[in-house]
Amino acid sequence: MTAPLLSIRDLKVHFPVRTGRVIVAKYQSLRAVDGVSFDLAPGETLGIVGESGCGKTTLGRAVLQLLPVTSGAVTWLGREMTSLDAAAVKAARENMQIVFQDPLASLDPRMTAGDIIAEPLRNYHPELSRAEIARRVGELMEQVGLLPGMVNRYPHEFSGGQCQRIGIARAMILKPKLVICDEPVSALDVSVRAQVINLLKDLQKTFGLSMLFISHDLAVVRHISDRVLVLYLGKVMELATRESLYQAPRHPYTQALMSAVPIPDPAKERAKPRIILAGDLPSPLNPPSGCVFRTRCPNATAVCAEKEPVRESSAPGHDVWCHHWRE
Amino acid sequence: MALLDVRNLNVRFETPDGAVEAVSDLSFTLEKGECLGIVGESGSGKSQTFMAAMGLLADNGKASGEVLFDGVNLLTAGEKTLNTIRGNKASMVFQDHMTSLTPHMRVGRQLTEVLVRHRGMDAATARDAVIAMLKRVQIPEPARRAEMYPHELSGGLRQRVMIAMSLLCSPALLIADEPTTALDVTVQALILDLIREVKEKEHTSVIMITHDLGVVAGIADRVAVMYAGRIVELGDVNQIFTAPQHPYTQGLLACTPRLDDVLGKSLKTIPGQPPNLQRLPPGCAFAPRCTYRIAACAARPPLRPAAGGGLKACVRDDIQPVRAAS
Ligand SMILES: Nc1ncnc2c1ncn2[C@@H]1O[C@H](COP(=O)(O)OP(=O)(O)OP(=O)(O)O)[C@@H](O)[C@H]1O
Ligand SMILES: Nc1ncnc2c1ncn2[C@@H]1O[C@H](COP(=O)(O)OP(=O)(O)OP(=O)(O)O)[C@@H](O)[C@H]1O
Ligand code: SF4
Ligand SMILES: [Mg+2]
Ligand SMILES: [Mg+2]
Repeated sequence: MTAPLLSIRDLKVHFPVRTGRVIVAKYQSLRAVDGVSFDLAPGETLGIVGESGCGKTTLGRAVLQLLPVTSGAVTWLGREMTSLDAAAVKAARENMQIVFQDPLASLDPRMTAGDIIAEPLRNYHPELSRAEIARRVGELMEQVGLLPGMVNRYPHEFSGGQCQRIGIARAMILKPKLVICDEPVSALDVSVRAQVINLLKDLQKTFGLSMLFISHDLAVVRHISDRVLVLYLGKVMELATRESLYQAPRHPYTQALMSAVPIPDPAKERAKPRIILAGDLPSPLNPPSGCVFRTRCPNATAVCAEKEPVRESSAPGHDVWCHHWRE
Repeated sequence: MALLDVRNLNVRFETPDGAVEAVSDLSFTLEKGECLGIVGESGSGKSQTFMAAMGLLADNGKASGEVLFDGVNLLTAGEKTLNTIRGNKASMVFQDHMTSLTPHMRVGRQLTEVLVRHRGMDAATARDAVIAMLKRVQIPEPARRAEMYPHELSGGLRQRVMIAMSLLCSPALLIADEPTTALDVTVQALILDLIREVKEKEHTSVIMITHDLGVVAGIADRVAVMYAGRIVELGDVNQIFTAPQHPYTQGLLACTPRLDDVLGKSLKTIPGQPPNLQRLPPGCAFAPRCTYRIAACAARPPLRPAAGGGLKACVRDDIQPVRAAS
């Protein structure tokens, strides 16, 4: 295997949250990301799935050093990011870009599409001439399916799908090595969603990018990822190649998630076996002991409350964190 | 007689930039105990159809046509009649952000008041009924949750409270407008089970509005597909999914990523974007995106009988029903 582009080890992001009443302030730590490790190879797309609040966005932002990391290592091209100074982080970020969920809200309403897309280029390459910037913006607009005539339009004059194309063009203009996509198609209509997924796949291939593709939609993730990481309460439950994960999920949480995804086929949807999870998501302020999933797990036993599961390999390229995955 | 009979419903909004024809010439019926799925993309008129039916349109909106509920035309019925129907014989559940829970009142009290108002129950009886209903929608520790304020509950629990509230008066009609869109799939599965149970056990008629074809596949008996304010296809759920007749329905099914499809190089797509309702083309609104377009599509295609027993609004009859991959 080639050297990883990005290597995450035991990453933790804990937020101090004020829980005391007005007079005696008390702080507790909210474990948004709690010991995540993975490698990302050049040109690889890693899907990150899990339910609302499991730490997907926090993980993505921690990789970009957009928020303080509590502990653990983020190694980018062999260098440890958490110990770099601000200038070095800025330099590294030229190669790491992000695409956000809400297409319209993530674009500055007072800037034209052309200026939005050009901004990172002006920022990192002030030496470029205006003509050269315009040339590169025009080229990229074409690649993401925007018409050249749209360059002077403002965000509110575009549809949701077009705004997302602008956001994608902005993320691609520096030809980064890594793009983090945080729910990039969740706000889009079904008929436009497929267009944007195809666009991301094409750009990924054209530029040889690596992607972290964050989504709560397992069907979308399946279409775009090489490998998939399943998060629950800030911890990795399962990490596997796409084929292996979707054909033979080993973790009871992954199995429950997959069984809950509706299939647009009445016969299949009505006949399929479903695993209904009991109870509600525990608070990340006070996660369960042992395996964090145990309070909702249909297979939980006494050992699950006592010991935290460690990584076990169920097949080549397939890791699972569960005491009972074999059963 | 159908429980709900909508005839030639139009909904029009006046705006500073001109009129918006949000719903045009919409007709369908809903039988007792039946579930009709309403699918379509954002802005296709799904919500406003039922806001109009329940007399809840914004001030700049106007509805015409007929909405017969149990024989009574809701469009001409007065506010007094509507108040006895809404939340009682017919109730609505919205997506969480439109929640109709009052923020500063304990949820138990809000639910109790519904029973006191519509059923004339005394407070103690109503409270027992509310706790029983909260239990039925699988809210853990219902008595304790009843004492909480809406913001103290998770999104999934809040939505279950909303459903409990909508079921309190055993409505004949439940209109669920994207009831699970903001929720995680595991919670969605639970809520859909619940609605299915109510439909089967109490023969409640259900309108399930969603943009998720999978949700409809699991719960609906018939499906109406909307595009630009009109029904473009209406049919039995199996026909819609296995032999869709309208090019838009075919396109929607083909471009939806699913867990069981064959992974290819790229997903099928529908070119272009959903239309601007203020600038609709004169003929078939789907024509600019349709690969089957012919000259005749420049005149508005009426909703007419199609192969397989359903209805479609497309001029062509020589379109092969393409099955989505699986
Ligand atoms: N700045 C913050 N301060 C305190 N808590 C935070 C902060 N940001 C996130 N959290 C908490 O951290 C946890 C993880 O949040 P995060 O946004 O990463 O989840 P997510 O998986 O992206 O969820 P979603 O699918 O809803 O976007 C949540 O419990 C959230 O409330
Ligand atoms: N008060 C209003 N004034 C003007 N236009 C309105 C008003 N309310 C709704 N509309 C328009 O009516 C059309 C239909 O809206 P509707 O809410 O029924 O769509 P929908 O199919 O429910 O979409 P979504 O999936 O986004 O909920 C939209 O184009 C919307 O912008
Ligand atoms: S009427 Fe014409 S344009 Fe409209 S869907 Fe049918 S074939 Fe396509
Ligand atoms: Mg997020
Ligand atoms: Mg709506």
